[in-house]
Amino acid sequence: MSAQPTAFDAPLIELSGVTKSYGSGSASMQALRGVDLTIHQGEFVAIMGASGSGKSTIMNIIGCLDTPTTGSYRFKGIAVEQLDRNQRAQLRRYELGFVFQGFNLLSRTSALENVELPLIYRGLPNAERRQLALNALATVGLNGWASHTPSELSGGQQQRVAIARAIVTQPAVLLADEPTGNLDSARSVEVMEMITRFNQESGITVVMVTHEPDMAAFASRVVHFHDGLVASDKRQAGVAS
Amino acid sequence: MIWNTILLALREIRRNVLRSFLTVLGIVIGVAAVIIMVTLGGGVTVKVGDQISSLGSNLLIITPGKRMGPGQVSGAGPFKIEDATAIAREIPGLAGVAPMSSRAMTVVFGNQNWSTMVSGITDDYFSVRGWAVQSGREFNASELRSGAAVCIVGATVQTKLFGNQTAVGNRIRLQKIACEVIGVMEAKGQSTMGTDQDDLVLMPLRTFQRRIAGNTDVNMIQVSAQKGVSTEKVQRDIERLLHELRHIPANSENDFNVMDMKEITKMLTNTTKVLTGLLGAVAAVSLLVGGIGIMNIMLVSVTERTREIGIRMAIGAMEREVLLQFLVEAIVLSSFGGLIGIVLALVGSFAIASALSVPFIFNAQIVLIAFLFSAAVGVIFGYFPARKAARLDPIEALRHE
Repeated sequence: MSAQPTAFDAPLIELSGVTKSYGSGSASMQALRGVDLTIHQGEFVAIMGASGSGKSTIMNIIGCLDTPTTGSYRFKGIAVEQLDRNQRAQLRRYELGFVFQGFNLLSRTSALENVELPLIYRGLPNAERRQLALNALATVGLNGWASHTPSELSGGQQQRVAIARAIVTQPAVLLADEPTGNLDSARSVEVMEMITRFNQESGITVVMVTHEPDMAAFASRVVHFHDGLVASDKRQAGVAS
Repeated sequence: MIWNTILLALREIRRNVLRSFLTVLGIVIGVAAVIIMVTLGGGVTVKVGDQISSLGSNLLIITPGKRMGPGQVSGAGPFKIEDATAIAREIPGLAGVAPMSSRAMTVVFGNQNWSTMVSGITDDYFSVRGWAVQSGREFNASELRSGAAVCIVGATVQTKLFGNQTAVGNRIRLQKIACEVIGVMEAKGQSTMGTDQDDLVLMPLRTFQRRIAGNTDVNMIQVSAQKGVSTEKVQRDIERLLHELRHIPANSENDFNVMDMKEITKMLTNTTKVLTGLLGAVAAVSLLVGGIGIMNIMLVSVTERTREIGIRMAIGAMEREVLLQFLVEAIVLSSFGGLIGIVLALVGSFAIASALSVPFIFNAQIVLIAFLFSAAVGVIFGYFPARKAARLDPIEALRHE
């Protein structure tokens, strides 16, 4: 279950012929119209596209929050579309870490307790949980902020707590949905550099949705979505490398 | 996992201390009300039982007249002293037979006077009633036989007429006769019916009959059964005997009444028990209302925390875990309320019990029941909001503002 870099040549994420439609009959709306996408361990993929292009939908599907209407999604070879709600929750718990645009921290809850949350669901003992959470906070440069609640932290700090919460479980994939959308450019760069560092040092696969080319520039691969289809898929040298 | 869930629930409660407290207030009051009612009810039941048994153990009271219904007695001829001697002679298993005759009168000492009940008694009276003289002495055999002008006063009469002075050795006036006080009874306090048992003057029955009543009537015969003798059997025996002595036709009702104090004790304690149950049930309704309050707040809380639920689900919380978290939150809240209620109730019922001079009887059973009930309230009223939370769609929940 750990995300240590290993010789894992089979794709980590494998989407084939994925469609997603909402509603039914004449009111139905097709958000994805047959997406094929393969992501290998250790990649840093930026997903771009205009609003309504389907980038959020694909993110939800990759994040096991949603299932395709047709087509298949294999995660580490597991057919996710065949899993029930609880099995997908388990997959998120052990394999995925989420970072959101709006930070999504629990309010009136200390940074430490926020970071501990996923470890609680993993059932870790108290002392170990605390230590791991403190380490994660230190990794994102928030030593000494453990007892502060989100309202006492700046936006950049809140997003770093959210990153700590996402990586504290050492997931295989870090899913970032517009992680810099609510930050100024200096904070944005900080956050991007941090994500890039986790990608390169820990080998965590990163899938990031963004509409800012500056942020997409940090990725090693940029996938453009247009009208529910992959419009382009380019590899590039990331900014930090 | 259950520990983690409890941990999460406790963190949530701590995050909202004031609201949590207000939420459980209903439960606190409900639990406290139930326990206080039942505890005080238990104390009253014991007190009533004690007061009745203070009249004397295994006591039967025989009065003339038949009972026509509650409080109504039809007129019938009084007993005679021969009836009492016949009972003493014929009925087996009796410890004492005390015939007596009473009249309300004004007693005078110096310039003080006091209205009280004057009774003529025999020497069995003291043992039958389980009552003793505190200072002075009882009537001796010659005083009883000759009808001497001597009397024994109750504690109230002693205080009203003599104050702090001792009554023994003084003479009090009852209408035309002057009567020497030879003793003072021990104080007995109020009876269950609220009458003052110490407000009386006792004299030999013969003295009363000759010098006050001017007849040979006996108004009441009190009988005590020996220990281990069935009072039901004694009651039947006396009824049969008096039926015969008073020449009542075989198919007519008795024109006298034999009351078994044990029966009355049972009846009164049953009444207080029923009342306790009723009050407890009314209090239990407030517990129910408290439960609805918890459900209300939990539902609001689920709506308010929709995004948080989304976050938890994205992080990997399963449906069951979200359900359990909200359920445990409700249970922890309501049990907390229950505990606070129990403490409040014990302090409260102790204070009220001592204020009403009712014994405080700790009833572990009702405390346990009230606690379990409060926890059950959490389960019942927490389930619906918890299920609502668990069924949320994570994507929708994350989008919720």
